[in-house]
Amino acid sequence: MRSLLLDGVSRRVWIALGVTLAVLLIAPLIVNDYLLTILILILYFAYTAQAWNIMMGFAGQLSLGHALYVGLGAYTTAALYVHFGLSPWLGLPVAVIVSALTGACIGFLAFRFRVAGVYFAILTIAFAEFARIGFDHFGWVNGSSGLFLPVANYTQSDLWNLRGKPVMFYYVLLFFTVAALALCHALLRSRAGYFWQAIREDEEAARSLGIDTFRYKMYAVVLSAGMTSVAGVFFAFYYNNLFPEQVFSISRSVELILAPVIGGVGTLIGPIVGAFLLTGLAEVIWEFLNAFGFDPPGAKQVFYGICLLFVVVLLPDGVWPPLSRALGLAERPDAPDDKPEA
Amino acid sequence: MKRHTNMTRRRLLAGAAATTTFLAAPTIVRAQGGALKVGVLLPRSGVQASIGQDCQRGADLSVSLLKSLGYPDITLMNADTETNVDVARTRAEKLIADGAQLLVGAFDSGQSTAIAQVAEQKGIPFVINIAAAPPITEQGYKFVFRNFPTAPMILGDAFANQKELFEAAGAAPKTVVFMHVNDTFGMAMKGGIGAVMPKFNMPYQIVEQISYDPAARDLSVELAKAKATGAEALMVVSRLNDAILLTREMVKQRWSPMAVLSMGPGWYEDQYLKTLGKLADGPLSFVPWFDPNKKLSKQLEAALAKAHPDINLNTNHVYTFEALLVAADAFKRAKSTDPKALADAIRATDITDNVSPGPGIKFDAKGQNDKLKDSAIQNRGGKLVTVAPKVAANAKVEWPMKPYDKR
Amino acid sequence: MPAEIYLNVAVSGLLTGLVYGLMALGLSVIFGVVRVVNFAHGEMMTLAMYLAVVLFSAFKLDPLLMMVPIAAVLFVLGYALQMGLINPFITRPEHSQFMLLVAIAIILVNGLLIVFGPDARSVQTSYAYDSFAVGPLIVDATKTYAGLAAIAVAAALFAFFRFAPLGKAIRACADNYTGALVVGLDVKRLYALTFGLGAACVGAAGAMLVLIIDVTPQLGPAYTLLAFVIVITGGLGSMPGALVGGVLIGMTEAMAGLLFTPSAKSMFAFAILVLVLLFRPQGILGKQLS
Repeated sequence: MRSLLLDGVSRRVWIALGVTLAVLLIAPLIVNDYLLTILILILYFAYTAQAWNIMMGFAGQLSLGHALYVGLGAYTTAALYVHFGLSPWLGLPVAVIVSALTGACIGFLAFRFRVAGVYFAILTIAFAEFARIGFDHFGWVNGSSGLFLPVANYTQSDLWNLRGKPVMFYYVLLFFTVAALALCHALLRSRAGYFWQAIREDEEAARSLGIDTFRYKMYAVVLSAGMTSVAGVFFAFYYNNLFPEQVFSISRSVELILAPVIGGVGTLIGPIVGAFLLTGLAEVIWEFLNAFGFDPPGAKQVFYGICLLFVVVLLPDGVWPPLSRALGLAERPDAPDDKPEA
Repeated sequence: MKRHTNMTRRRLLAGAAATTTFLAAPTIVRAQGGALKVGVLLPRSGVQASIGQDCQRGADLSVSLLKSLGYPDITLMNADTETNVDVARTRAEKLIADGAQLLVGAFDSGQSTAIAQVAEQKGIPFVINIAAAPPITEQGYKFVFRNFPTAPMILGDAFANQKELFEAAGAAPKTVVFMHVNDTFGMAMKGGIGAVMPKFNMPYQIVEQISYDPAARDLSVELAKAKATGAEALMVVSRLNDAILLTREMVKQRWSPMAVLSMGPGWYEDQYLKTLGKLADGPLSFVPWFDPNKKLSKQLEAALAKAHPDINLNTNHVYTFEALLVAADAFKRAKSTDPKALADAIRATDITDNVSPGPGIKFDAKGQNDKLKDSAIQNRGGKLVTVAPKVAANAKVEWPMKPYDKR
Repeated sequence: MPAEIYLNVAVSGLLTGLVYGLMALGLSVIFGVVRVVNFAHGEMMTLAMYLAVVLFSAFKLDPLLMMVPIAAVLFVLGYALQMGLINPFITRPEHSQFMLLVAIAIILVNGLLIVFGPDARSVQTSYAYDSFAVGPLIVDATKTYAGLAAIAVAAALFAFFRFAPLGKAIRACADNYTGALVVGLDVKRLYALTFGLGAACVGAAGAMLVLIIDVTPQLGPAYTLLAFVIVITGGLGSMPGALVGGVLIGMTEAMAGLLFTPSAKSMFAFAILVLVLLFRPQGILGKQLS
């Protein structure tokens, strides 16, 4: 386990990671509430990006419906809290199990019936949409009327019930993001990690080498689904209201995918860098447009879209691979995940 | 490779420049004299763009109108929530960081809840312009105020106004079919009907309830189902697009009910009137509205006519204006831009010179204006007339609705 | 419920399904040849709808007549898009293609919002509210015209791929990429032509749909999804499959709306999609997957 965590990381990388983490740890003491909100959003997207990356980046299974797992996590813990007063930390395992089982069902159906590539991607969207309409009619969680969490004691931070100030959510998310990074790092160097990458590069070849591709693809889906649902817990308790339209919508799924793709699919740091860049970008564009007094509704999104277009055209592997080389932080020149895809 | 590195450096530099602006931004001073800085959060892009931009019209014309009424200066700081809770929350934080002393918005219940939490943590008063989900003012918030009726209030007034109209017309449907959109507002209304309707001893019976998807592309089946019930009137809770679709289907499927009783948006909106022309005449809407007989209503109507001659005054403008009226009034009495003082002043609000029907604006302990009254309005020749309640009416109801094939 | 309602709803579902099918046809043509899934499909259709609205409000030109010029404009756009942006992405992984088209979709949606504003726009033709009564059956006139036009366009496209030399070349290109290169076909140009044709289909569909529904900038994503559902149900890459898929989804939604609660009717469409994916992943009329 120890070697899984520590191997293949150069001194420079350790220092860079350490400095970044230190900055993030003390950030709430320095920044104002607005920047803290931005940082929370960034960490939220960094976390979900890593969870998604396990499925797509490591194992090569494109999911366009990850909002499904966020939504399941959010609704499960929120409903348990609202109906039974169950702490989100006790609801969390339930949420993870519900999501992982859902992921397992989808994965089982898809992989058993050899649904792959674009077809698999559309299948994931279909299930997310299915859930959206289903939850619209699900009376126990108030259907489309929305599920509201009580917010009475907002003044003091109650970590056990996740009721409190943004700074508490910040540290909770930071913890999960770092934990996810450590987990991803270990996974990539584990047996499963190598099998996943073999499947990603060429599934037929992997199977002929004797890898049980069905089983390892299932692992990836279940793990990714379970991890993603944790973000849902945060979403529910941070925003305190859930509407099926809002949590299960396709645009939510797309949002989750932007960061890892822009940052660098299959890399460890890429998804996190992507989250920083994109969330920052949105704010910067807003700020620039505002400074020039030009802000017809939609202008920000047009510029955002143009930036996405440029990155995806100019940097086919995402921002992180070239950036890490420029900074001398490449994740190990011979690491399989760092090779540009043919 | 070298070229690559250079490019990266350039990108980094650009990024650094951007970051500097980003960090420095909150310190930019936007203050203007002693004006109250009000952050206005509305969904001006995304799926609610149409309504958000309509509300913005109401906000924009409020500034000079309030000034002419003798209220102190207010400055608007506008922000677009992009119909997204994350953005709503971030923009609220940003506005406060930029110096907003009071927030107004955000049309939608989900976005309003997200903003309410920021406002509550910061102790910045938040006046909700439109959002009907009851839970918002049931959360024990101290800085959140809502001058808009909740779903049960809208229903209660709708039934009372219907009875008044039936009496005036000397006729009433015996059966209605209830169609509603399956979204937050539609469900809140549907839930309320079971609880509220028995209290009013209505002359009609609901023969069937048909709920449909807010994203419906086609409502021909839904309407065919409604028509097949043989109900005398159509009772409906919808949005704009589906209201237009339903009307078209009624014409095409040759069904002219005795009345269309709408208890939500859509049927009175400008877009509905413009798109359907003479087919738009007739439906009755039981909605939060304005009292056309109040002095301030006439002034607001005139101000809107000047700024947007082709737009009828509607709920969006009225309640956004009133939210800003509450803000300006509190500022006038508090004589301070301190958020705490402003919140205290809002709690003591007692405005009688207002626009919406009813005695005026006053908040209960939960921050809800529970004295609000709704109106019944009817489309007539591309304009809207108020037909009930009597005190806030300027026309008599036309009953029954003229059949669609006789227009 | 009276018996004739079933007939009425079935006919309505059939006609709506045909128009949906035409819209999805474009997606199918593009995927069948270029192997790129156009995630900006609905947004491109929205653009076509706005073109129809502008032509109608400025010059009183009927959308049904303008179908051909609008399709031509979209053809040019599609051609340029494939030549300029999408072509390098053909060999890239799917998530990269997805991101490119999502970016294009974001720009289109919000560009339309800036230019046309958020309010719904529509065309008011003289026949907008007509319906034919045949005994107890009431048939929507605009849907009938649109449905017939959909069949005509699909037939023309089908004939093009079957009989025209250029169409045959494109098919050769789809069947065997390397082979097409070897015999000296200009694959890049053929791909661009195909993308243009797909865009033209969605342009024609937009011109028809604007008669049935009002257009807003936000309309796109829902139709992109609908096109996916239809195309995969019918068979990605199969032209008759797209029409069959459209009719199947149209009828399913109509019948589900009638027999169950209408608010859940799209759930039935997704259920069909999932069943098809599991038991016949190539789609109802699709060719066996390799």
